[in-house]
Amino acid sequence: METILLQLLNGLDKGSAYALIALGLTLIFGTLGVVNFAHGAIFMIGAFCAVTLSRLLNLSFETVDPEKLDFLGNPAKIKTPYVEAWFGHDFGHALIDWAVPLAILFSIPIMIAVGFIMERGLIKHFYKRPHADQILVTFGLAIVLQEVIKYFYGANPISTPAPDAFKGSFDFGAMLGFDPNVIIYPYWRLVYFLFAAVVIGAVFSFLRFTTFGMVVRAGMADRETVGLLGINIDRRFTIMFGLAAAVAGSAGVMYAPILSPNYHMGMDFLVLCFVVVVVGGMGSLPGAVAAGFLLGILESFSSMNAVKSILPGIDQIIIYVVAIIILLTRPRGLMGKKGVMED
Amino acid sequence: MLGKKILGLNKKDTRFLLIVIALTLLTPVLLQPFAEGSELAQFNGGYPDLMQKIAIFGIFAVGFNILFGLTGYLSFGHAAFLGVGSYAAVWMMKLLTMNVIPAILLAMVVSGLFAAAIGFVSLRRSGIYFSILTLAFAQMSYKMAYSVLTPLTNGETGLQLSLDDPRVLDRAIEGSSLPVTNIFGLAMNASHKVEVLGRVFTFNVGYYFCAVIAVIAFYVAIRLFRSPFGMMLRAVKSNQQRMTYTGLDPKPYTLAAFVISGMYAGLAGGLLAAMDPLAGADRMLWTASGEVVIMTILGGAGTLMGPVLGAGVIKYLENIFSKINESVLHSWFHWLPDGIEDVVIWVFARFTGEGWHLTLGVTFMLVVTFLPGGLVEGLKRLSKRIREGKTKRDKYDGSDPEHHPAPTKRVAGE
Amino acid sequence: MGILEVKGVGKRFGGLQALGDVNLSIEENTVHAIIGPNGAGKSTLLNCLVGKLIPDEGSVTFAGTSVLGRKPHEINQLGISRVFQTPEIFGDLTVMENMMIPCFAKRDGAFRMHAIENMEQETGLIEKASTMLQDLGMYEKRDMIASSMSRGDKRRLEIAMCLVQEPKLLLLDEPTAGMARADTNNTIALLKQIKEERDITIAIIEHDMHVVFSLADRITVLAQGTPLVEDTPDNIKGHPKVKEAYLGETQQV
Repeated sequence: METILLQLLNGLDKGSAYALIALGLTLIFGTLGVVNFAHGAIFMIGAFCAVTLSRLLNLSFETVDPEKLDFLGNPAKIKTPYVEAWFGHDFGHALIDWAVPLAILFSIPIMIAVGFIMERGLIKHFYKRPHADQILVTFGLAIVLQEVIKYFYGANPISTPAPDAFKGSFDFGAMLGFDPNVIIYPYWRLVYFLFAAVVIGAVFSFLRFTTFGMVVRAGMADRETVGLLGINIDRRFTIMFGLAAAVAGSAGVMYAPILSPNYHMGMDFLVLCFVVVVVGGMGSLPGAVAAGFLLGILESFSSMNAVKSILPGIDQIIIYVVAIIILLTRPRGLMGKKGVMED
Repeated sequence: MLGKKILGLNKKDTRFLLIVIALTLLTPVLLQPFAEGSELAQFNGGYPDLMQKIAIFGIFAVGFNILFGLTGYLSFGHAAFLGVGSYAAVWMMKLLTMNVIPAILLAMVVSGLFAAAIGFVSLRRSGIYFSILTLAFAQMSYKMAYSVLTPLTNGETGLQLSLDDPRVLDRAIEGSSLPVTNIFGLAMNASHKVEVLGRVFTFNVGYYFCAVIAVIAFYVAIRLFRSPFGMMLRAVKSNQQRMTYTGLDPKPYTLAAFVISGMYAGLAGGLLAAMDPLAGADRMLWTASGEVVIMTILGGAGTLMGPVLGAGVIKYLENIFSKINESVLHSWFHWLPDGIEDVVIWVFARFTGEGWHLTLGVTFMLVVTFLPGGLVEGLKRLSKRIREGKTKRDKYDGSDPEHHPAPTKRVAGE
Repeated sequence: MGILEVKGVGKRFGGLQALGDVNLSIEENTVHAIIGPNGAGKSTLLNCLVGKLIPDEGSVTFAGTSVLGRKPHEINQLGISRVFQTPEIFGDLTVMENMMIPCFAKRDGAFRMHAIENMEQETGLIEKASTMLQDLGMYEKRDMIASSMSRGDKRRLEIAMCLVQEPKLLLLDEPTAGMARADTNNTIALLKQIKEERDITIAIIEHDMHVVFSLADRITVLAQGTPLVEDTPDNIKGHPKVKEAYLGETQQV
């Protein structure tokens, strides 16, 4: 029981990331009819927003402290971050400490801008082209974005810590009345799950309860008819693209403490998230979320030693196996609708 | 005459094939146009490693094009077959003999079987679903090569030759060092250098072996394109509904195309191992699958020459661009005023050396956006423009898309 | 005993009874039209005949063989060719290639791995295809890319592709839908010519009365998923039940 609960929890944070990325992917599928291979790159850029903000806040000037000597006997140099000098030590330190959550605020406008530029500058021209062309051009874009990030940040992963308050783990099992020291869960992973839940809830209520969302949902169901109503669906779809980018971007920001950002993380996640979208059903938002969590948790379960001893290596391929089985038995995925992406 | 009787090709295709043969035979000369030691010598591509890669990836792309160019099914997992071919070939060299012929035969057989299994499942879906299924299968193979299948693949180290391999046929003649790949005793890495007018031409056994196989593979592809089977594959791309209501079953046609193109990939993988006897899982990574897609599109999908052209251009640029570093750039632009020179060098440096992938990505976006028919279509347009410029025909002629629909989907040379 | 026998066929979509107890017999070498108001189940019936849908009950036999459960390409190989409402042709291929494909299908069956043979050596089939194109007056267009032709020519090509297979039964699904009057008349003339020159059974689904009355030997009127009457065109014209079915619909509108 404890081990099962532990694996369930372990699957949640990865599942959250899958769900958030897949949500944006499927939004773009459903509304724009575009297969976006550059969506993983947006997730990666989000993570690097966190890196950037953390670096900006850590920008320091050096002062010499004549009273202390370093190990060579020279006067020690002390680095003071500008923010600590400007806003006082405590507040400045808190800012630096909270760089990752703060980066969400910082990243949202950036990601929306990235999304707008991508849609208006490139993807718009591909609405009427075959899906193969869409895949190919966004694949090219993903390579470009990845290489740009690699140039600025290098090829090595950059560790980006969570705020001190959320560092370390807590005994989740003991809280629920299980034996202590069995279910130890890092705080930040819990934060990530809650964050994902909030974002998913926000996106769903946005689509459910606003006129804008209603039009978009109608557009996902039948684009042509909505166009005939005289509603400027294109502009709304541009905004949708920005929204999808913001969701993936903030997912990336918050993921930075879990996985040190590197330039190819976008591609790594993208392949899995495509699988998630297909399993959930192309163009189905609840499907994407459900499949994201499902696959995240399955992945975590299959990495249990008990499972691995029966089926060695299953943790590496479980997602693909599930995807293949589902695609063959339920062609439209778990919650797919008829007529989406069927040529 | 020669074409019709022996090759079964019409005049135009025979001429085309002869040109291709001439070009492949002369590659060591053609890619080495600049004198040794001159400023431009770094643009020479006539060294065995690069020429072998061009021939091998040419085969890979030609095979991929049989599936994608003709049937329109975009596989994003073709590198898996390349990887499987490499593993099979290395095993043959470990167990039986260093002669490359059995190795590449086994590579083709194994990858063909592998493709039949994956194709049988993947082809039950089409469009984007097919792409994602093939992608999933390839990723799965990649992950398995690193984990469960380590006894077969040797995991992260990659599969290599070792002195304790059985090598049943070669046992008697083996010395104390690792043997080299050969064809009936002629070593693949043997080269003959000729110096003419300050240019050093390298004639390498390995390259010529690859070249001969590439020409055969290309010839088979021409035959296939011109055959009723090839026409059926284009019918699959054009209208599957009409096809079924005409009494044809598209499934076996697409599956056959998938297996054939998988075998081409396996052949390419086997040749890679024949040139350098090791195999690693990273050959199966999905970016490697993306690379063959890029080659085919860049050259022109659905055309005969396109994939070869695409593979050549990409492999050449990859090698040359990767070699260009800041000091090379400095030697080019030293005549510019200092400030401007720095800027120019900075810009160029982003796209060369380490930045080669950036160039690749940008090229790819530009080609897909502005030249969906690839280089072949670009060349056609160019030659057309030149001809029209000469005869000063009506300028509206040929620029009306309504009456010149979708030239990209047609087969080159028709 | 007709060449196509439909007995007691029924098909439901959820709560909707699309077809119920359909009995139909099409005699060899006749033109049999199936008419009916919109939503009468004409297309559903057609899809049951060609294997796209499987009926819930009843039987469909063609020349003594059951077609139920067979795939569309198998049914075609039995000798049923279908012409679609919007012309379904191989748009990216030339007219000649469009003609060659059914020739191969007829000769070689559903699949044959003829990957090394050369197209140019298939002189027999080329001749057959050329003759058919000449018959239908399309030989001059043989090198055109099919998608670049007019709608009328595409329809003509599609019919040629079906005829070259020498089918026992030709199914036409609203062959003149969306056509201008001139094109419609051309198509009628073409079908009349086919009917006179060849031993062929034609089943035609149509709601354009003009087309039906100028072609059909027998007419079945379908309403609300069941055949109302079956008779010769002359008798159908004044039939009270037919008027009711059509007028009933008009009143609802």
